[in-house]
Amino acid sequence: MPVGAVIEFSNITKRFGDVTAVDDLSFTVEPGRVTGFLGPNGAGKTTTLRMLLGLVSPSSGTATFGGLRYHDLPHPLATVGAALEAASFHPGRTARNHLAICATAAGLPSARVAEVLHLVGLAEHGGQRAGVYSLGMRQRLGLACTLLGDPGVLVLDEPINGLDPEGIKWIRGFLRDMAAEGRTVLVSSHLLSEVQQSVDDVIIIAKGRLVHRGPLSSLETQVAPQVVVDSPDRAALASALSQAGVAFSPGRTGLLAAATDPATIGHIAFTAGVEVSALHRQKKGLEDAFLALVDGGDSL
Amino acid sequence: MTMLLRAIRAEFAKLLTTRIWWILAAVLFGYIGMLSGGLAALFAGIQSGAIDPSAAGTGTGTQGTPPLGSLPPLVYSFASSVGYVFPVLLGALATTGEFRHQTLTPTFLANPRRAQVLGAKVITLFLAGAAFGAIALLASVGIGALVINAFGVDTLLGDSATWSLIGRTVIAMALWAAVGVGLGVLVPSQVASIVIVLAFTQFVEPLLRFASMFTEATAGIATFLPGAASDALVGASIFTMAGPVGGATSTLDWWQGGLVLLAYAAAATVGGYFVSWRRDVT
Repeated sequence: MPVGAVIEFSNITKRFGDVTAVDDLSFTVEPGRVTGFLGPNGAGKTTTLRMLLGLVSPSSGTATFGGLRYHDLPHPLATVGAALEAASFHPGRTARNHLAICATAAGLPSARVAEVLHLVGLAEHGGQRAGVYSLGMRQRLGLACTLLGDPGVLVLDEPINGLDPEGIKWIRGFLRDMAAEGRTVLVSSHLLSEVQQSVDDVIIIAKGRLVHRGPLSSLETQVAPQVVVDSPDRAALASALSQAGVAFSPGRTGLLAAATDPATIGHIAFTAGVEVSALHRQKKGLEDAFLALVDGGDSL
Repeated sequence: MTMLLRAIRAEFAKLLTTRIWWILAAVLFGYIGMLSGGLAALFAGIQSGAIDPSAAGTGTGTQGTPPLGSLPPLVYSFASSVGYVFPVLLGALATTGEFRHQTLTPTFLANPRRAQVLGAKVITLFLAGAAFGAIALLASVGIGALVINAFGVDTLLGDSATWSLIGRTVIAMALWAAVGVGLGVLVPSQVASIVIVLAFTQFVEPLLRFASMFTEATAGIATFLPGAASDALVGASIFTMAGPVGGATSTLDWWQGGLVLLAYAAAATVGGYFVSWRRDVT
């Protein structure tokens, strides 16, 4: 069984001219877990991953696999499997030939080509030119490349883009399985909802900077709890909340009070003699937490 | 060493798994075959008296035709003197294609040692260029000799000088493919690369070589143009025949021509390595 290595970014920075695309990022990615690497388009995700893979040279800092830079890995494809967003295949070359070239260049057995085509469900399409592939098929071919060397580390840039619902379900299971086998799985996405069902940890960047890292559940605590409360007499409700010293703001379906427990707000209304027509905890999804973090990055 | 061999095998697989190599090879064979056969028929016909010079439309009588005995090498050398653009294109396309189709990403992921990949590409294209040389010679010598023989003119195929010309043609074509790789890394834009190859080989250099013949000094400099160096290496060319009458014609020795061409390939490849190959792949 391939062993996952720890991916470590330390103070990595990339400047393109005056633009700082990636700004002093430091984080680690652990084996045995699926780590979501999130951020809006243009946040620097792809540049970060390309630096990790030695395709883009950092302006400063390092990115390593178990302490080794990609360039120094003795068997790169047998250590790291990477699929990058711009799935890059010569349109006139068949999928099978593309994989065979990668296998030859990396010194991997050519028998792996048929195996990985089968693994990603392209066994019947291996003889077709990549130019006629749909986006979803190219994503699968990209995945096939990553699996050639049966690596302990998987780095996937936006692997869910362009997949149909069946493909999305398949890749979620695939990511879980890979992590369960002890591999390190790093998956980028610009949408948390795309990956939240499969990731254990999240790393969120915005404008090239780290804005959050931790287990997926840690995102929930990022959002200040709120209670939605409404009354036929909103003005009375508002003054009751003010008198009780509870901050609030007008919302679409009532007032948004800063409180964890609806019961406290209910009590305030009751003692003030205000009729309550709605009272519940605001359901703030992870996506809201994600967007709040990312917006915060904007204002930096 | 095994790493380099692996890289070379991968480069060969890349070259042979798209259609461009055999399309270029087929056009090369057809083009050189037609040219060699046609001009062999014209010149051999005139030499043998089968064709009346005035009917051939040269207007200058036999003056414009090569002296007897030098016709076969001239015809055979079409393989490189005219066909050299094909290995250059092959090398340039094999290299610029990596940029154009973004296959540099999988290439450098499989082998992050970029200088080694470029070295493997040069070696691979050098060998592929030699194969193109063989194909072009099959056309120029194969069809040319058949036609020359048909007019009863000596094909000189028993002459060892002819065979060393054939060998040197293979080397020239191999070097040209390496020049193509160098150009491809120097000018990674595929369109720009093709335009440069066609404009330079079909227009700029022939014009420079022709113009340079009018003075001694420029003629000396012009011998270092890549096409002139290639012709010197091969030892015969339509250009040395087509110069202005009484113009200065100087050429390098064959080995000097080979070294000059090698220098072009090396300089372009090393320059291109710094200009594009080791840059960020985004």
